[in-house]
Amino acid sequence: MGKKFISIDYTSIQTFLLVTLRVLLGWYFLYEGIVKITNPDWTCYPYLMDSQGPFAGLYHSMAANTDLVFAFDFLNMWGLTFIGLGLILGLFTQLALVFGMLILVLYFCSHPALAFVSYAMPTEGSYLWVNKTLLEIFTMAVLLAFPTGHIVGIDRFLSKRTDR
Amino acid sequence: MGNDHSKQDMTTPETNPPKKLSRRDIIKGLATVPVLGAFAYAWARKKKMTDNYRSRMREIVNLTSQPVELAPSVKDGKPIGLGLIGFGVRGKQLMRAAGFAHPTWIDIAKTDQNNTGNYDNFMEQEDLNVSVNGVCDIFTVYSKAAAETAANVNREGMGGKKGKEPVQYKTYLELLDAPDIDAVIIATPDHWHAPMAVEAAKRGKHVYCEKPASWSVPELFELVKVVKEKGIVFQLGHQGRQTESYIKAKEVIDKDILGKINLIEVCTNRNDSNGAWIYPIHPLADETTIDWRQFIGQAPWHDFSLERFFRWRCWWDYSTGINGDLLTHEYDALNQIIDLGIPSSVSASGGIYFWKDGRTVPDVLQVVMEFPKKDMSFLYSATLANNRSRGKVIMGHDGNMEISANLTIYADPSSTKYSKQIQEGLIDPTVPIYLYIPGRKGADGFATATEQYFASRGLMYTYRDGKRVDTTHLHIKEWLNCIRARIQPSCDIDQAFEEGMSAHMATQATLENRTAFWDEENMEIVFG
Repeated sequence: MGKKFISIDYTSIQTFLLVTLRVLLGWYFLYEGIVKITNPDWTCYPYLMDSQGPFAGLYHSMAANTDLVFAFDFLNMWGLTFIGLGLILGLFTQLALVFGMLILVLYFCSHPALAFVSYAMPTEGSYLWVNKTLLEIFTMAVLLAFPTGHIVGIDRFLSKRTDR
Repeated sequence: MGNDHSKQDMTTPETNPPKKLSRRDIIKGLATVPVLGAFAYAWARKKKMTDNYRSRMREIVNLTSQPVELAPSVKDGKPIGLGLIGFGVRGKQLMRAAGFAHPTWIDIAKTDQNNTGNYDNFMEQEDLNVSVNGVCDIFTVYSKAAAETAANVNREGMGGKKGKEPVQYKTYLELLDAPDIDAVIIATPDHWHAPMAVEAAKRGKHVYCEKPASWSVPELFELVKVVKEKGIVFQLGHQGRQTESYIKAKEVIDKDILGKINLIEVCTNRNDSNGAWIYPIHPLADETTIDWRQFIGQAPWHDFSLERFFRWRCWWDYSTGINGDLLTHEYDALNQIIDLGIPSSVSASGGIYFWKDGRTVPDVLQVVMEFPKKDMSFLYSATLANNRSRGKVIMGHDGNMEISANLTIYADPSSTKYSKQIQEGLIDPTVPIYLYIPGRKGADGFATATEQYFASRGLMYTYRDGKRVDTTHLHIKEWLNCIRARIQPSCDIDQAFEEGMSAHMATQATLENRTAFWDEENMEIVFG
């Protein structure tokens, strides 16, 4: 990671806020992962079935395939957990952010915030194009552009090693 | 995390000689690790609270959590020789439930983008080890289709390998006389149910008969008498008997979770022509293809009418209206759950308020049954011209239970039994104290809000190992197993008698426009 970020020069308050934001996001991902792992009944099936908008057909057809649902269940459970751990610990931070954004983009496409569409999962009425998922995607993009793992996080050790 | 240190971190490798990890590096590298400790602590606390809540709730609502086991299939190797009488809408469904679909149905179901589940469910359906040896339908097109369906033993589409076609009988009596018919499925208009079932029983043939059990009271007595004398295995076609949630609901009642039950409210809501029994008229149907005289049977004579043939439910001459077709489903469900028995009195009112197409049976109907010995009323309300879903609800002093494919139990805010827990805040009367979702494995019934929402949308029924099975298939399977084991099934002739008589009381109350009473001693319906 070394060279790319040399130009970024954070003040201590900037570092603190960015790291805090990263840890909070990590907590959120970790909880979402653990809660799914510990619930033997959890499956992404109803979420896929709840899809609306231009890609709904694709998500519904995924839901119809038992093997695919099984694979998505596994990827969601462990993917969210490892992304969460990565963000909290600052371990493979940039990679965690990229995968986190990828998952969120898939969530957003399955449940786009169209003006007159409301969903069962989660049940919170309808938004106008912008919803929490979209905000999370861009929050993660910001963290990707302003990396902190190599300052506060296990990545610090790794970057030291690669620097050598 | 000072500014100067950050700068130091950013220095390029070219200018920075290799160095060991400093203490600062270690502190900064591991600075966020304690967050995981906080997470674990928070998680443990939350889990403890949830576990505590669940275990306390489990003491209150002590229900077994396992899904209802499917009854094992009894197989003695020899296929049962089946006969089918009536291959209309229901006859086709019953044949599929028994394992036989017409090749064109297979072709359509296989490619139906919106409902591939139908095809998969059918193909996964257990082979019941039966052979359809005879079919009878007085409309030649249906008769031929029934034979082709019965011959489709490999469940293939058009051009598939067929089995032997069964004999197409012109009359049901010829079918019943055939020696290779052990058991018969009756899916004809209401006015033919009992006469056919009686003749079948007289010949020692086992009977699966569509509901209602009979069109008239005398026929019902005759049916019970013959079935009992001959000892045949009789199953009335209330497939709701196999609904998991009904079986679970019975456990709720047996364990007295609702307190003293005083009112039951059930309903039917439909709002389309099909639901109002205005079925399509087949283009090939005419006087040459339909045996009209046989259709009329003991009903009052009427000149040939395609409407009456295909939409017979709309006329009292052949039908028992909402009472026989729809009330019976609700009544039988509750009779299964609470063991209602025959009501002491029934009043009814309604009219033909929407479908003014010449029909004689009401399209809006209310029926009130009284059970003073059980201190409860049974209220039924139906409309064929509005789709608002009104649940099937059992109301007790301590709680209420709504029954659909799922079960939802709420504690009553003024409950005596739960007053302490309500005060403590353990029970919130606005949140279900128990939720049962079929197919949900390992569930203890205390589900999350999301799960509840999904259950209400029916989205949680089929997933993972929660395999969806057609209840009609299970009902036929139970009947066949009972034939092999020589025992009576869940909706046997005693249940059929209670169902039939309760529906007759409702019909007579509707027609007489006054309260019908059940004279238990003389076993007859009387008017006060």
